Amino acid sequence: MRTRNIVLIVLGIIALVFPLVVRSDYYQHLVIIALMWVAIGSAWNLLAGYTGQVSFGHAIFFGTGAYTAGICATKLGISAWWGMAFGGIMAMIFALFVGWVCFRLRGPYFALATLAGGEIIRLIATNWESLTGGMVGILIIQTFRSKLPYYYIALVLAFLCIFVIYLVMKTKWGYYFISIREDQDAAESLGINTTLYKNVSLLISAFFTGMAGAFYMNYMAFIDPHVVFSLHYISIMAILVGIVGGVATTMGPAVGAFVMVGVQETFRSAFFGLAPKWVSQAHALVFGLLVIFVIMFLANGILGDWEKIKRRLFRIKVSSS
Amino acid sequence: MALLEINGLVKVFGGLRAVDAVTFHVEQGEILGLIGPNGSGKTTIFNCISNFFPITAGDVLFKGKSIKGLKTHRICHLGIVRTFQVVKPLARMTVLDNVTASAFCRVGSLKEAKDEAYKALDFCNLSSEKDKLAKSMPIGGRKRLEIARALATKPELLLLDETAAGLNPSELDEAIELIQRIRETGITILIVEHIMKVIMTISDRIHAINFGQTIAEGTPQEVANNPAVIEAYLGEEYAQG
Repeated sequence: MRTRNIVLIVLGIIALVFPLVVRSDYYQHLVIIALMWVAIGSAWNLLAGYTGQVSFGHAIFFGTGAYTAGICATKLGISAWWGMAFGGIMAMIFALFVGWVCFRLRGPYFALATLAGGEIIRLIATNWESLTGGMVGILIIQTFRSKLPYYYIALVLAFLCIFVIYLVMKTKWGYYFISIREDQDAAESLGINTTLYKNVSLLISAFFTGMAGAFYMNYMAFIDPHVVFSLHYISIMAILVGIVGGVATTMGPAVGAFVMVGVQETFRSAFFGLAPKWVSQAHALVFGLLVIFVIMFLANGILGDWEKIKRRLFRIKVSSS
Repeated sequence: MALLEINGLVKVFGGLRAVDAVTFHVEQGEILGLIGPNGSGKTTIFNCISNFFPITAGDVLFKGKSIKGLKTHRICHLGIVRTFQVVKPLARMTVLDNVTASAFCRVGSLKEAKDEAYKALDFCNLSSEKDKLAKSMPIGGRKRLEIARALATKPELLLLDETAAGLNPSELDEAIELIQRIRETGITILIVEHIMKVIMTISDRIHAINFGQTIAEGTPQEVANNPAVIEAYLGEEYAQG
């Protein structure tokens, strides 16, 4: 218990001073993106990991948040930062509809319904040109030239997301979410309004994912439907972040976010230019292989199987000495 | 006024009349045993009371008010809770967390819920196993966990679905003792059971059904000697002999 607190404090200090020490824009950018994924992964984890409702459609909420921020700037003429609040709320409104439709289904059928929802909203965003600009996307002017403010905003977002979910899981809601995951019929018979609490979980999850989307709009200053409503880059990535780090753990998605952003960048840049160019094209393939590896050897993710990993490493050390 | 009244309950699955105009009532404070051969509709009656599926016809009254069509979780809040024949532990939660989750039915804060959970665990002799994962419990423990979880919702009426099935003889005696202690706390019990030792020992009255229809009702002795019941369980020859 005490070592865990020390680890958390050290990580917190590293997180606070990182951009002051590492001045490279490139590495700061990677960590900003990873922090954004910490928020999305944690939000996905609340719904899928704790509540057991596996969503293949978190791009719905991410894209909604991003577009809300973008539309604030292009149509309403207010700062896109308003999107951090409105984006979260707008994502919740969409979540109400998603929940109303998709929670009639259970298990894999729910997952497929959310996947379809993500594709539907991507097509709407592509074709509703008067509102979204269609494939042209939305371009705004970045507020800050330095990456520092973005870094700290992303850090606060990631921290807030983990912390709020951590607190929620300590209350009645948390117990209800896990009960629903373990056995929906048993939960219902014990007085848990499963429909209501599945929606509560979805709303919280959507809110943080929408905020992350709005942050993305502000940070990247450009969005189009194929990026923010992407099945591959957003919905699947959210699942990978959760699974690789460890579902139903507080810090799992944080670990998963850094691992996945690292893996993605390593392959996208073809091992930072050291490998031949075609390697960068194969990063989707590597994602797939990584998932197979994690499911086969670390079914509970890096944090979930931490004891197992430690044992492995320890044994290797012993045998090599 | 009876605590629970089942009036002409009918449940049809396609062409099958699983429950066919069954009428009975459960008095405040009693233990009513519901018996019948396999497939006679006992668990279906439970599922109809707790509205796991909608009733085709008839009515279910709790304290004189119809609860037909109410959502399952609402029925639990009213004070009717059930256990499952095929136990449904919340597998990847500890025994304590299982019971805590259901204790939130009546209390708001985690501390109160845990207090209630400890009481229920203590009552069911599960305190020493509170930190085990539910999935690691043997069947006897899981059955008691089902009961502890049900008790934590502070029910007035407890529906027990084959709580004694699959238990060894010593566990069986513990189960009988546990059910009697539950009754002493003032909770009314409707129990479905196959094991005659259990049902004959604890029931005040027994209601027997076969093919979804009532065949007998009365004290354990009356029902045990009823020709229709003997025929349903053992075949025609025994009933005549």
